[in-house]
Amino acid sequence: MSAVRDLVIVGAGPAGLAAAAEAHDHELDVLMLDEQPEPGGQIYRSVARVAERRPADVSFLGADYAHGATLVDAASGIDRRQGATVWQIGPAAKDGTREVIWSQDGRAQRVSAHAVLIATGAMERPVPIPGWTLPGVTTVGAIQVSLKQAAIYPTGRLVIAGSGPLPLLLAEQLRAARIPVAAILDTTPPGRLTAAMAHLPLAAVGAPDTLRKGLTLLRARDRSGIPVWQNVSGLRAEAGPDGSVTAVRFRTSSGADERVECDVLALHEGVVPNPQLTRLVGAEHRWHEAQRCFHPVTDPWGETTAAGVFVAGDGGGILGARAAEGSGRLAALAVAHRLERLNESALEFWATRWQMRRLGERALRRLLDALYPAPDWIAAPDDDAIVCRCEEVTAAQLRSVAGHAAGPNQAKAYLRCGMGPCQGRLCGLTVTEMIARVQGKTPAQTGYYRIRAPIKPVTVDELASLSEETAA
Amino acid sequence: MMRFARLPNPGRSRRIVFQFEGEPIEAQEGDTVATALLAASAGATRTTAVSGSARGAYCMMGVCFECLVEVDGIPNRQGCLVAVTEGMSVRRQAGPAVVLEDAP
Repeated sequence: MSAVRDLVIVGAGPAGLAAAAEAHDHELDVLMLDEQPEPGGQIYRSVARVAERRPADVSFLGADYAHGATLVDAASGIDRRQGATVWQIGPAAKDGTREVIWSQDGRAQRVSAHAVLIATGAMERPVPIPGWTLPGVTTVGAIQVSLKQAAIYPTGRLVIAGSGPLPLLLAEQLRAARIPVAAILDTTPPGRLTAAMAHLPLAAVGAPDTLRKGLTLLRARDRSGIPVWQNVSGLRAEAGPDGSVTAVRFRTSSGADERVECDVLALHEGVVPNPQLTRLVGAEHRWHEAQRCFHPVTDPWGETTAAGVFVAGDGGGILGARAAEGSGRLAALAVAHRLERLNESALEFWATRWQMRRLGERALRRLLDALYPAPDWIAAPDDDAIVCRCEEVTAAQLRSVAGHAAGPNQAKAYLRCGMGPCQGRLCGLTVTEMIARVQGKTPAQTGYYRIRAPIKPVTVDELASLSEETAA
Repeated sequence: MMRFARLPNPGRSRRIVFQFEGEPIEAQEGDTVATALLAASAGATRTTAVSGSARGAYCMMGVCFECLVEVDGIPNRQGCLVAVTEGMSVRRQAGPAVVLEDAP
């Protein structure tokens, strides 16, 4: 039987990698588990290999992407397992340790740890428009990570529809790589600039570089020559004769109906915490009004209400990659302190820099949250829109039970929404918001699906193979 | 019709050949099953268990489960999380799972 690990980190994005580097500095025994084939998370997807094998591509992906390679390098000293999918984090044992179970190469393994850091980041908010399940309808993030990981791009007419910093960044990366974009449908509602102005001064002080980058991206989009439609709503993806997407219909700012043909439609309405692991451990979550999603409740070091389970990065609330590094470092420092590798004054000393960084990024985020709020139609999909992609439950079906369902879990029992392989990841927020709206409650009062292990599909063979951790 | 291509890039990425529906497909080192199938413009990769409608990759980051495929005989694999290897056999995942007949 293997020894108890000091810290198990789940996820090798900016938060996880920075936490690993910090923990390593304080001589913690760390195991890092990441389900992707390569480290970097989504923002730094495949960065180490791309920097080495396709250095020319780093020039259009940008300097912020290249930074990821230094993070991967800084965490190189720890035991990191790629392709390792965590599907259970157990309750605290009497000695406070928890068991973490994962699958890798068709085998399940388990290890006990004094602390667990969930650094599984964000996912793109579900955008339940009619036709979003058609082949060819994808997300802005999907186009971007495919470009990073494999240098692939859509050759046909690409339409970007959505709101937020990510569509701006993708448009710029595509321009730099000379990949054409047919149209941009900006779904940001009108009047946001005025609403956001109040947050500008603190953002300018807190994160001047990121703010400058954002303004550059906005200008670049407007000069790109790509047709941009502002204040777009009423999106509907239309199928062609071959069953994949052929056009997107929408309402313009003046209320006219428009139709743009496309071969690939990339949607994006911001990012939200990937809730599976923090929900699995039973941590308390709170509704965040400005970001229109649930956040796990944490102390200043990132510890959730599940003792010994920390969260760092966007999984704890959307603050971006730079803040994620900070929160990863802070969580690792707190664990080092608890395990007596660091005294109180050293803890405060090392923490200051990362606390300051997080403060700055938080100021910027308030500006971004006000500039790019999730549109209200997110919670009011058209009747024919599929809400639960896996079980193909429509908005009309959900509305028919929303009045009398006790909450999302009973709606699940009625309709099977959230019971497919994605386990509610792509419908959970929609179901909560739709039920809340029908019942005149808040999302917080309505609650969320109960998430149980295994949080990823596991074969019987894998279950039977469950053993104590073995060396990589 | 969604088609994808790979950026012209001399690079130093090794070529990998795997099977999709019994046909050889060329991929590159670093590809997942999902990126390799996109690069090959393979179209929809599964049909749903409920209505049998066609689906293609949606999130490419492990949360949507739309790129589910059968890899070397094992169904329900997330194509975007499985690295392509030489000689791997990948098939579309068709509709609901079928319970095998009991062994005699």
